Parts: sequence; C-alpha cells; structure tokens
Amino acid sequence: MSVALALAEAGRKPAGKRPYFLDAQVERVLAITMVVVQELAVARERIDTLERLLEDAGVFQPGAVEGFKPTADQAAERGLWTQEYLARVLRILQQEGEAIAAAKKGDLYSEEVAAELTADAPA
Amino acid sequence: MDGSGGAPGAAVSVAYDGLPDSRIVGRHGMFPATTHDDVARINFLAQLNRHLATNVAPFVKTAWEARVEPAARARLGRAPGDRHEVRQALLGDPMFATWSALRRLTMEQRQQAGRWIAAREAETLAARAEAYADEGRLDLDPSLPIPRYISAVDHHCMPGSYHKELIPGDVSAGANYDVGLFITTGGLLGRWSDGGGRAIVDWVRRERPDFRPRRILDIGATLGHNVLPIAMAFPDAEVIALDVGAPMLRYGQARAKAMGVDNVRFVQADATSLPMFKDGAFDWIQTTMFLHELSLVSMRAIFAESHRLLAPGGVVLHVEQPQYTPDMPLFEQAMRDWDAFYNNEPFWSTLHEIDLDARFIEAGFDPAGLIHDKVSADARDIFPAAAGDTVEDFGRKAAWRLVGATR
Repeated sequence: MSVALALAEAGRKPAGKRPYFLDAQVERVLAITMVVVQELAVARERIDTLERLLEDAGVFQPGAVEGFKPTADQAAERGLWTQEYLARVLRILQQEGEAIAAAKKGDLYSEEVAAELTADAPA
Repeated sequence: MDGSGGAPGAAVSVAYDGLPDSRIVGRHGMFPATTHDDVARINFLAQLNRHLATNVAPFVKTAWEARVEPAARARLGRAPGDRHEVRQALLGDPMFATWSALRRLTMEQRQQAGRWIAAREAETLAARAEAYADEGRLDLDPSLPIPRYISAVDHHCMPGSYHKELIPGDVSAGANYDVGLFITTGGLLGRWSDGGGRAIVDWVRRERPDFRPRRILDIGATLGHNVLPIAMAFPDAEVIALDVGAPMLRYGQARAKAMGVDNVRFVQADATSLPMFKDGAFDWIQTTMFLHELSLVSMRAIFAESHRLLAPGGVVLHVEQPQYTPDMPLFEQAMRDWDAFYNNEPFWSTLHEIDLDARFIEAGFDPAGLIHDKVSADARDIFPAAAGDTVEDFGRKAAWRLVGATR
C-alpha cells in the first residue's frame, strides 16, 4: 500500500486541454466546492455506518440519536463550537469588514511600507 | 434530508427506486481493497451522475426550447442547421454551462477517486496479478507503438489512459477502470460490469442459435469485462482479448483467472495490423463501446483486417451508442456530442455520423450480410429498478446499437 503514490498520482491532469464552461474563477471555486460536497457525503455515510453499528451492538437504542436532547452544558459547548466554526469559515468577511475602518486610518500594503522603509534619508 | 423521515423499521427499500449501494459490485480476486470512504465516494459520485442526468439535464432541454433555440433562430435568420450550431448556441446558456461544468467535474472527481484506490493499492495488485499470471494467457509487446488516437488526449479524462504504467508490472489503469465503471453507469452494467458482453451473448444465442464459434477475437478488450461472458458462453472456443494497454491486459488476465475463466488469452497488439493471425483465423470478431475511441484511418484498417481475419460464415459485431440519423433531433445529437468535446472522446462525434454500412462494404463485406439491431444490458441481478429504466444520459445509457457483418 502506498499513500505516497496515491497522493502523487490520483489527481493528475489528463492529456488534453481542459474546457471551461463558466468564468474560470467561478468554475475553479465550483470544482473545490463539489469536492467538499462529495467529502461531506463520504463523512455522512461513515457516521451513518457508525450509528447503525452502535445500534446493532446495543450501545444505544434505535432512535436514540434522533431523540437526543443535549443538557444545558452540552448545548452551550455545541453552541460555542458552532460560533468558533463560523468564525473560522467566515474569517475573510471579518477581515474585509475591519479593513474598511483600517483604510480610513491609512492602512498600507506591505509593499508600500517597504518602499517607505528603504527610502534613503533626504540628502 | 437526514434519511430518518420514515417510521422506525419502515421498509424504505420497497419504495426506493434509486441506485443500489456500490458494494453490490462483484469482488473478484483482483478487485482492489477499498476503505469505507472509498466506497462512499463511489456511491456519491454515481448518485451525482444520476442526479445530473435525471434532474438537471432536463432543464438544459427546457432552456434550449425556451430561450436558446429562439435566440439562435433570431441571430441566424433560420433554425440551427446541424448539431454543431446547436452546441455552439448552447455554450452561451447558463443552464447548459452549469450542467456541463458539473458533468466535467463529476468525471474528474471519478478519476481521482478511482486512481486514489488504484495507486494506493498498486503494489499489492501488481503482486496479485503476478501470482495469477498464467504462461500463455498473457502476451505483452513492450515495443508496441501507442496509437495517436490513444496518446493525444486521455479518453474520458482518465489520466495516463489505458497504457501508462506507474510501477513495473502495473495494473492500476485496469483497477481504476474497474472500480469506476459503477460510477458512470450506476450499476446498470450488472454485478460484474459485464452487461455489454451478456447482451451480445443473448443476441447471438437468439439470432444465431446454431453458431458454434471456435475462435473469437475481442478488440479493445480493456479489462476483459465484456469478453468474459462470451468466453463463458462458449467454453470450447479459444478467445483472444486484444488491447494496446499493458496494465489493462495484465489486470484482465489476472481478473479472468481469478474468476475461473481459462479460455481467454490477453494480447497486446494494435488491431489495425495483426500479422500474427492467419487469414480466416476467427469465426467471431467483437468490439464493445470501442469504435468511438478510434480514428477514421485506424477504423478503416480495423474493418479491413476484420474482413481478412474472419472465416467464411464468420461474423463481426460492434456494440456502440446509436448513430446520428436524420430522425434524431439536433438537440439530442448535440447533447450526445458532449462527450466528444468535453470528455475527451474526440472521434465520438465523427463516428456517430458516418455511414458504417459503407465502411463494411468498402472493407469487402457483402451488403446482404450487414447486421443492424438493438441490444441492452440486463442488470436486474443487482438493480431491479433498471428493468424499466428510462433515464437518458446522452451516450452513457446501457442500451446500445449493434452493427455488424457476416463474412
């Protein structure tokens, strides 16, 4: 078994130029999204298998998952996790929002600061 | 949405008419080991293909009728005159573009999913193929030039096509092909993905009940999934399975051995020229979903070689998707052409418009002996709902035309 070979070879480009049907930027994002969609289905099927095996093993009763009611603490932990998750996923919006105010205060590109810092002292 | 809609214990399977779980595919001795995630990925991609065919492609037709065709007619001052004009018009429509992007991505993801399994298992499978190797059943020719129609673009976006090797003694191209057949066809080819082969056996038994072929040649056999039912139906026949790709042939020979079929020899050769076989050496020459991967020049040579190789009374049979006839709407022709331009099947479009009868006659066959019929796979062994399946996937349905000739 060789995961290294799979990593190198599985996603290779086939011979022949690739056609794009949408704006190339949009199609690239769609391509990434569809793999996320796929992997969610893969994870969902795995969870489904786990639940059924646990039911079969008598670890919990059929319907226990559907009927599960979190305690107040459990609900709080989950709520916190969801807040953290969304903050990670939507970080770009937070930073773009903060950039509006930062721009007004004279936020610069590093490239601009580099020019400033390397400028020689006036003669 | 979470699959829990039914009352506990409700027999969901009674009402379910969708695709089966891919675990129903037969696991012969060469089938690669798969993880739970590998199988779930195959299940998902098959369902995604099915969804695009069932729930999205119909909207492409709606868009064609409601806005694309009227706009094209207004622009041209006439109706679009051929399938190429139809396709060009469709390319500008967001529904066609989105369906196309998703269909392309599904194929790319299918290749990645299959190659992930095949490459990961490559060494194990190569060793297993070596163990199954049978002197005299595998005849490789490493010096064989790979034809341009194979090397220029990788068919159906399959990186490395049928012939590239990842490691010495590689069979991964065969393993990738095998694990992925379910994705494109959704189980419609049956437990051993051999629906095409079983369909042709049924046809031969029905139409030629007295036919007792002694030698059979299958051209473009890939992993032999369609030739094994033929070999099993005629166990006294000597069967040659021909392909240009060594990984396919190694896998095919080992797969046949693992499945207990021992009258097939897998030979690496280009069917345009087969000097190793004498005139009249075969009673039956078969191809299954092969002609569309050729070129005009190679097809002509293969037809001529088939004529030479057939014994008097012998038969050549090609299983293919239907030709574009004048009674097929241009929209359907354009949709069927999709694979030619966007799924790396560059000869597909031309093959389906040419006069195959004329090609047979040109190769020396008698016009009175030409054969035209329909055949379709019977996948009821794993997919009961397939019996009445009407979902059209524009070139991928497991129902084909049979064209052929008697020598």
